[in-house]
Amino acid sequence: MADRGFSVSRLPGFTPTAMLVFVALYLPILMLVAFSFNAGKSVASFEGFTLQWFVKAWANDHVKDATLRSLVIAVVAASVATVVATAAALGTTRRKAFKGQTFIYVVINQPLMVPEIVTAVALLIFFAQIKVLTGYQGLGYLVTAHAAFCIPFAYLPIRARLEGMDLTLESAAADLYASPWQTFRFVTLPLLLPGMIAGFMLAFVTSLDDVVITLFVKSAGQDTLPTYMLGQIRRQITTEVYAISTVLLGLTVVLLTAFFLLTRKKD
Amino acid sequence: MASEAETRQVAASTRAGWLLSTPALVLLAFGAIGPLLIVVVYSFLLPGKYGNVEWGFSLDAWRGILFTRDIFDDTLVLADAHLSIFWRSVKLSTLTTLFTFAVGFPTAWFIATRPQKQRAFWLFLITIPFWTNLLIRTFAINEIIRSEGLLNTLLLWLGVIDRPLEIIYTDFAVFVGMTYVYLPLMVLPLFAAIDRFDMRLLEAGYDLYASRWQVLRRIILPIVKPGIIAGSILVFVPALGAYVTPRILGGGKQMMIGNFIELQFGQGRNWPLGASLSVTLLVIVTAALLVYVRFANRDREVNHG
Amino acid sequence: MTAATQSMIEARHTVKAFGQGDHIVRALDDVSITINKGEFFTLLGPSGCGKTTLLRLIAGFEMPTAGHILLDGVDITDLPPNRRPVNTVFQSYALFPHLTVAQNIGFGLEMQGRPRAEVAKTTAEMLALVKLEPMANRKTSQLSGGQQQRVALARALAPKPKVLLLDEPLSALDLKLRKEMQVELKRLQQETGITFVFVTHDQEEALTMSDRIGVMSAGKLQQVGSPKDIYTRPVNRFVASFIGETNFLPATPVAGGLQLGCGAVVEGLTTAKPSVTLTIRPEQIRITPADDAGAIPATVTSLVYFGTDTHCHMALSDGAEVVVRVQSPASGEAGVRTGDSVGLRFQPAAAQVLED
Ligand SMILES: Nc1ncnc2c1ncn2[C@@H]1O[C@H](COP(=O)(O)OP(=O)(O)OP(=O)(O)O)[C@@H](O)[C@H]1O
Ligand SMILES: [Mg+2]
Repeated sequence: MADRGFSVSRLPGFTPTAMLVFVALYLPILMLVAFSFNAGKSVASFEGFTLQWFVKAWANDHVKDATLRSLVIAVVAASVATVVATAAALGTTRRKAFKGQTFIYVVINQPLMVPEIVTAVALLIFFAQIKVLTGYQGLGYLVTAHAAFCIPFAYLPIRARLEGMDLTLESAAADLYASPWQTFRFVTLPLLLPGMIAGFMLAFVTSLDDVVITLFVKSAGQDTLPTYMLGQIRRQITTEVYAISTVLLGLTVVLLTAFFLLTRKKD
Repeated sequence: MASEAETRQVAASTRAGWLLSTPALVLLAFGAIGPLLIVVVYSFLLPGKYGNVEWGFSLDAWRGILFTRDIFDDTLVLADAHLSIFWRSVKLSTLTTLFTFAVGFPTAWFIATRPQKQRAFWLFLITIPFWTNLLIRTFAINEIIRSEGLLNTLLLWLGVIDRPLEIIYTDFAVFVGMTYVYLPLMVLPLFAAIDRFDMRLLEAGYDLYASRWQVLRRIILPIVKPGIIAGSILVFVPALGAYVTPRILGGGKQMMIGNFIELQFGQGRNWPLGASLSVTLLVIVTAALLVYVRFANRDREVNHG
Repeated sequence: MTAATQSMIEARHTVKAFGQGDHIVRALDDVSITINKGEFFTLLGPSGCGKTTLLRLIAGFEMPTAGHILLDGVDITDLPPNRRPVNTVFQSYALFPHLTVAQNIGFGLEMQGRPRAEVAKTTAEMLALVKLEPMANRKTSQLSGGQQQRVALARALAPKPKVLLLDEPLSALDLKLRKEMQVELKRLQQETGITFVFVTHDQEEALTMSDRIGVMSAGKLQQVGSPKDIYTRPVNRFVASFIGETNFLPATPVAGGLQLGCGAVVEGLTTAKPSVTLTIRPEQIRITPADDAGAIPATVTSLVYFGTDTHCHMALSDGAEVVVRVQSPASGEAGVRTGDSVGLRFQPAAAQVLED
């Protein structure tokens, strides 16, 4: 490379550092994926390609059970979070700053600012009381907790989208005889949709990934995939867990790719 | 001054703002904030024999943060074990923040200075680990540094060492793990800040005889400071309260505050102490946030007259 | 002007204040104005004088702090924008990015609940009116600036509003397109007969396009009149200086006329005030030889060449500066040279007495 020009944006050592960072980020993940296809029993060395760990994991009723529970919680929690976050974003953006608006921001973003372990402890205590009072032991606790901490993740992209939206578009709709509801239905909502999809996806993945809060809130026999995997590591990380990890990883990559392509086309 | 119609309009808008936010606020009140208040209450109660609490006012849980009762003469002595856990938590999360910045800044800069078309690709590469389950990423780093892991195997094979390095279950392992899992949290806000940075300012800087180092110190860093602050918060806060990474890589021995809290709700059977520790952690994090906010605001004032 | 003497829009003592306490800004300060049916009315004024605010009050996007707005004789002050038969062409066009050109144009009609067939028919008519038929199914982001402008116009015209509001609709276009659109706008206004309220801070645009002009400054309406009135009979110093170039000469009344600072007397003008300002446009002054007895003596201080015109800067005997515009002769040289002594003459009727 005979780069003789003076590039203003080049800083010494930055590019090699970045390259090392990318290698360091991906090498461990790729290792893990590779080992989930490892025929050998030990994870120490690679002894040939196999899919047996995936088959084994899928045959495991605990895994199936936890997977289903994870998905149900994530879908419900992300849907609820997206709906309430959309309403809140509509309420807190693009109007004259009103008294209490800052308070609302702080409350909505609170789950991002409080360490997860603290929220987890708080919920453990709170729900323990409610369990005693009502006797209810179901998934409702997990869904409520997940929906709550998913709110900021859904809120941020929706709000960003709203703020980026040209306010005059809504003025234009009102000018063209659209009632407030029609304005929302035919102008705001279609333009907001990519933001809502983004918000849902972030909330979904956030819920799917949660370990700490779930660990504290769940009742006996309510393992999600991450808490199940964490439980397995008490003994030794098994190749079966790696296989599950690989599947989850694949899911994340697929979702993100879809998301990137989707949002790209829109703009 | 304002006419009746205007006042009505503003009032209606305010009402709509609150009304639309209400479902989110209610959900958060039940699923996040409300319970925090109960934690404060619990920190002033007595531990129950089999977990939970007994209703009765006590400051024991607060004393218990720093002191422990001597079994023989029942005097209060400083709890060294607790202090070392706090010290480890602060040390490791600070180091993690500094190190992720040190390597994250060049990375963010690299991405932001790619041609427009490539940028999305590099950004995507950062986003994937960001959204990958933290547990999985901790497993992955564990796979690298454990005794029979890739690193040791490689070094042994190369002949650099003749015995496996004992990295796993040390403070260093936790530091490496946290750096690994929290790095994307540093890179993304830094990227956002650098992406907004007007590269023509660099030309102006060089035009005015600044060296590369001076350009970095005097132009780039001050301008992208909001991104640095955001990234630092995003890394420091979860690192300080980390639970999963120290549990797996610290092996239960190298506890951080998060694990110590969990212990009180498990084998420790001391919910009030767990509650007082939680409140303490929350206070430290809030204080850190406030300091950052002050920094950010002071900066803004300086920059804008 | 045709028979359009009846008023379409009437603003009565409208006040609009923004902010509170010490930071209060009176964007409109007791503005009363009447805009007639079918006229092309232009609001002209410097940036920040309140033009957009007045337009937004008429459209219903803002509520007045005080005062009333009447449309076709009906008080619409409290009506929301979607219930006012008034449409706006936004400065940024505000085309819906998720809809096609045709869908944008039909939007207002659909919101009004008009039958599908009518929507389609009117949309087609509007597309033809702005000559955009081939673009009907394109997304608006795939159009050029001028085409977007036409879509915005068609969209606002489609519901056949009583009034069309245009807030600096041409400011984003380059000069050539701008000239084309000026003609186009005028044509559309005449074809549709709709009342246009047009905002600009380009005085030339205002003069060439409007039936009447309202000149604003600092939230107040300064003068309303035909372009000719505004240009030749400005009522105050602000209007005189904002529109076109002009000379200001202090004067005092004497027997038989007004005496300038240099001693010369302009006959036939009177005033009740002890001192006034005389304004006279540069092109209304003639240069005569220095020995012209009745002329005001002056010295040429500098010449500025403008192509078709040359501006001759003159100093009167009391030091007052006067600019005279002369057509550049074929040789490119003005008839005078810097330092020359000359005489200046103008028709007293061409001058205007400003009493403020
Ligand atoms: N929403 C608002 N809040 C506060 N002040 C405002 C608001 N809208 C307008 N103003 C103020 O009111 C005054 C008039 O503004 P307006 O937009 O009507 O000016 P304008 O004549 O349209 O100017 P321009 O030619 O620059 O568009 C300005 O001083 C402006 O700062
Ligand atoms: Mg304006």
